[in-house]
Amino acid sequence: MTPLISRPSAWVPLLALLLLATVPFVAQATDQQFYVAFFARIIIYAIAACALNIALGYGGLVSFGHSLFLGLGGYAVGLASFYGVGNGWVHLALTLGVCGLVALVTGAISLRTTGIAFIMITLAFAQMGYFLFVSLKHYGGDDGMPIAQTSRFGPLDLSSATNVYVVAFVVLVLSIWWLARLRVAPFGMVIRGAKQNARRVNAAGIPVLRYQLLAYVMSGMLCGVAGLLLANLNAFASPSTLAWAVSGELIVIVVIGGLGTVFGPLMGALVFLGLEEILKGFTDHWMVIFGPLIVIVALLGKRGIIGLLQRFDSRGKLPAKITTTTTTTAAAVAATGVATGVAKGAL
Amino acid sequence: MNSTLVFAQLLNGLQYGVLLFLLAAGLTLVFGIMSFVNLAHGSLYMMGAYFAATAFQYTGSFGLAVLAAMLGSLLLGLALEFVAVARLYRRDHLDHVLATFGLVLFFNELVRIIWGAQPVFLQVPEFLGGAIDIGGFSYPAYRFAIIVVGLVVAIGSWLLINKTRVGMLIRAGAVNPAMVAALGVNIRLLNAMLFAVGAMLAGLAGAMAGPILSVQSGMGESVLITTLVVIVIGGIGSVTGAFYAALIVGIVDTMGRVFLPFLLRQVTERSFADAAGPALASMLVYLLMAVVLAWRPQGLFPANR
Repeated sequence: MTPLISRPSAWVPLLALLLLATVPFVAQATDQQFYVAFFARIIIYAIAACALNIALGYGGLVSFGHSLFLGLGGYAVGLASFYGVGNGWVHLALTLGVCGLVALVTGAISLRTTGIAFIMITLAFAQMGYFLFVSLKHYGGDDGMPIAQTSRFGPLDLSSATNVYVVAFVVLVLSIWWLARLRVAPFGMVIRGAKQNARRVNAAGIPVLRYQLLAYVMSGMLCGVAGLLLANLNAFASPSTLAWAVSGELIVIVVIGGLGTVFGPLMGALVFLGLEEILKGFTDHWMVIFGPLIVIVALLGKRGIIGLLQRFDSRGKLPAKITTTTTTTAAAVAATGVATGVAKGAL
Repeated sequence: MNSTLVFAQLLNGLQYGVLLFLLAAGLTLVFGIMSFVNLAHGSLYMMGAYFAATAFQYTGSFGLAVLAAMLGSLLLGLALEFVAVARLYRRDHLDHVLATFGLVLFFNELVRIIWGAQPVFLQVPEFLGGAIDIGGFSYPAYRFAIIVVGLVVAIGSWLLINKTRVGMLIRAGAVNPAMVAALGVNIRLLNAMLFAVGAMLAGLAGAMAGPILSVQSGMGESVLITTLVVIVIGGIGSVTGAFYAALIVGIVDTMGRVFLPFLLRQVTERSFADAAGPALASMLVYLLMAVVLAWRPQGLFPANR
């Protein structure tokens, strides 16, 4: 293990996390509350991107419909609040339950297909959700619904941006820690192996489909939590959260940050939303610059920011070489090492 | 509910379906043959509509407007292919999604810069302004013209793909591009032409849709996603499938929106029906797609390979 200081791919994101931890204090000291809401948004998008990274980065499942779960999380708060329920635990249980169930059903159908069809069918499910909430005039329709009762977790009420910020930050740190563990756990090895070569993993006696479905469900549930936080931050649930462009943005965030890496989603969200804010300062037509930037990122390939940082990691070892070998052997490792884990009843 | 209304809506559905086919034909070839996910296809449709609106404004001729839309989007398609798309064929779908998503953002904003945020209007040409009488029942001539144009394109593309040498090469290139290239065919050029023709059809669809929809930024997105539904239902890469699926989707969507709330009111309480009817109607084609894919993941009419 090389010391941390010689691995920018690890300490840069950790430093970013550390700086994010100070944001509420700095904002308070300088009386710039706007930044709390702004960085809270970044953190929430980072959580959603972490969620997508499980399916997309680890599992290679190109879901173009994760805005569905973001929106469902938001409406879990919105609808509960509409009927006078302000208990945060109820909101959370609703979010996890609904997102888990929807992910289970849609995932089971989507996973019957691969490639383009998988992208399309996940998109279709998100569109269904979008049109569902747009046409429910009783709950605001396409105007969305204001949330009167934000989530209350005992004494902690997510009514202020600072409170949302703190909770979101904790959720983000936990998600990153969990994703780091998951990546090298037998489960992570199986879905990463299946991304490389599903047939090989299957041949080792591991039911790939079940693992992929579970990954999709976990991904959807975590994304729902991000939606819950977002709705609390805005005190608003809107069908625009379910728009297909949001799914696209989440994919862009994951890819910019570094597909399948632990810190990628965080770095991606920071750069994506940060750049958006900066470009907005220059021109109203910032998308004219932003769009081609995304095209260039796609053309350059997808090592992302983390990949870029890995190039600066300590010389001597060849980081690029090492990462490729670890990923190519993921299928083999999953096939051999994990088979025993499965036999012991890991799943 | 009388038979005239049903017939009128059936024709509306047919007209919508045909419009969807104009988009789906190009997209499914790019999809099926080059295996390229082109989210920017809707942007080409939008650009076509703007080209047509602008040309109409300057010349006053609808024929020239359609020509401008087709030529403009053809050239734009070629340019896109050359700058970005050609470099992405060999990459995986994620890169396609990413790059073309960026293009969508770019074109939506570009249109706002050039033509402004307000919708631009494209008039129905005078010679198609009237109505056509079909057995004592009148239907707008312009919508009828859309149906005719769509059917002509459908027959034309069927002939092109199944009866010509170019079509044969396209089909062969879909199965084994390396082998076709080895036989001395410039597969690179073939792909570019195919992409450009798809773009041209999208432009044509945009120009035809212009007078009945509002020409504005983002107009390509909803129709793009419906087109993707059409392609997946029909079977990726199959033009015949795209044709049937476009008609099915067009008719199901149109009829659903008109009659579903009405039907629901017959069987459930009025308040529930009024809330659920429109919601269910707008989800109908996506439900259809989910059912089709769950039943036949290859689509209803998969391409023969």
